[in-house]
Amino acid sequence: MSFLSEALWVLLLGSLLGLELIGKVPPTLHTPLMSGANAISGITMLAALTLIIKAGDNIPLLAMGAVALGFALFNVIGGFLVTDRMLAMFSRKSARRKDTNS
Amino acid sequence: MNTAEILKFAIDLVAVLLLALGIKGLSKVRSAREANRLAAVAMGLAVIGVLVNSLGTTGIAAEAWIWIILGTLVGGSLGAMTAQRVPMTSMPETVALFNGCGGMSSLLVALGVAIFPAAAAAGEAGGGLVEDISIVVSVFVGSITFTGSIVAMAKLQGWLSTPPWMQSKARHAVNIALAVISLIAAVELGRHGDNSSALWLLVIGSGLLGIGVTLPIGGADMPVVISLLNSYSGVAAAAAGFVVGSQLLIVAGAMVGAAGLILTQVMCDGMNRSLVSVLFGGALGASSASGGGGEYTNITSCSAEECALTLEAAERVVIVPGYGLAVAQAQHTLREVTRVLEAGGIEVTYAIHPVAGRMPGHMNVLLAEADVPYEQLKEMDVINPEFPATDVVLVLGANDVVNPQAKTDTSSPLYGMPVLDVQEARTVFVVKRGMSAGYSGIKNDLFELANTSMVFGDAKKVLGDLLVELKELGIGKKG
Repeated sequence: MSFLSEALWVLLLGSLLGLELIGKVPPTLHTPLMSGANAISGITMLAALTLIIKAGDNIPLLAMGAVALGFALFNVIGGFLVTDRMLAMFSRKSARRKDTNS
Repeated sequence: MNTAEILKFAIDLVAVLLLALGIKGLSKVRSAREANRLAAVAMGLAVIGVLVNSLGTTGIAAEAWIWIILGTLVGGSLGAMTAQRVPMTSMPETVALFNGCGGMSSLLVALGVAIFPAAAAAGEAGGGLVEDISIVVSVFVGSITFTGSIVAMAKLQGWLSTPPWMQSKARHAVNIALAVISLIAAVELGRHGDNSSALWLLVIGSGLLGIGVTLPIGGADMPVVISLLNSYSGVAAAAAGFVVGSQLLIVAGAMVGAAGLILTQVMCDGMNRSLVSVLFGGALGASSASGGGGEYTNITSCSAEECALTLEAAERVVIVPGYGLAVAQAQHTLREVTRVLEAGGIEVTYAIHPVAGRMPGHMNVLLAEADVPYEQLKEMDVINPEFPATDVVLVLGANDVVNPQAKTDTSSPLYGMPVLDVQEARTVFVVKRGMSAGYSGIKNDLFELANTSMVFGDAKKVLGDLLVELKELGIGKKG
């Protein structure tokens, strides 16, 4: 029971934190934020990893875990890289602006 | 706790802190890029934490390493390739695809634990009811997230269209039936965790429900659905955290779930749509008869040449880019046109409606890609008071966001939606492929106003013609 009650507290506080973190977002960042948050939701890769480690010599379970890990990493790596690509466009431009100002 | 467990605990704490800072930083322009990297580092740390903990307690078998490396290489490299190659205009469907895969991962983990309870019994959740319930939630949400996201992607890519019966009321009955089937399966599974037919019924039922709910939703509402599904994948991750007994997974999943909900709400506000009407209302067009529909009269249309002549004589020009511009991928041509105008001493700004483009904020990304200076992008509240002092407004593939009905006609379904007051400007050019309605299906009074001229054609083609005309006029050369 202790894991459950602890976990529920964690769930509650995590949700409240999530609500607070992005109270005000400029519209410019809606798309990158969605994409970045999406990459973070791939954190389920930890669960896949745990599953593989605990699978022992159960081949079907190992394979399932590996496929789950692959899907999650597709989400994580792809998500972070594509977000970075989007955000690079904003920062590239502001760097150039500084050059022209000086 | 042995050393490895303490080390993992410390790593997890740092990872959660970095993730929270990452999400927070992503909501500010200046810190966004670093924040994204911070979050990526946090994810890497979290993986190290799991590996350290396992190495220090049970150890990791050589066989497990092989499968871990295999999954990592295949998934990671496919993800990296996809991220590098997709064009910026395809961002909505890319996010949908990534999101669906995250949902699939949570689903597979829960299935693995459900099918092989003995092997996975080492989970700290300690088996029993808690584990059963978390498996049910994880399967249900993961399955909906996966099929819903894939349908959303296919619709946005134009691979799928809505079959007619899906637009009728009958779909509600089908979806309710699917929801009831899933619920029964879920309860059955919660009572006896080893009921495999109930498990598969739940997988299939919730998967079909994801399809049934997403398929009838129109293209322009799709970003809201993707954002909602993004929130779901956070919930699915948190549920997977309960399944394998990981606090870190629960925190991260809960944060993403909650943040995704806020973002979804922000998007709905921008479109004057409630989440309920997006999910269950279907196409708004059905009710447009009461919203001042009907035929257009008194339309003025003109050629790119006339448009160029007016632009040449202007001092202040405001560009209103919309969905049509994004679809036509015309942002680079637009930038060339505005460069010529600026060289001719004309002040050019861009009016960005909160939901311009294919999803909120998408237009900013597209214009940034085309090198439009950030300070020329004006948000709606800033630009609206400036329209009366504007000579020419160029509306490119936008429709509902410039419909004055939203302010004047209380009976219109659009009434109350925030819009750009382009009709206040001296001259308005609307570049549009035809007289078809926007996604709301509502007639746009702007098109009939005396100071509005339509320039018919694909946004990219019209802008190309405009560029040629402006160059012929010699504008920009004198500057």
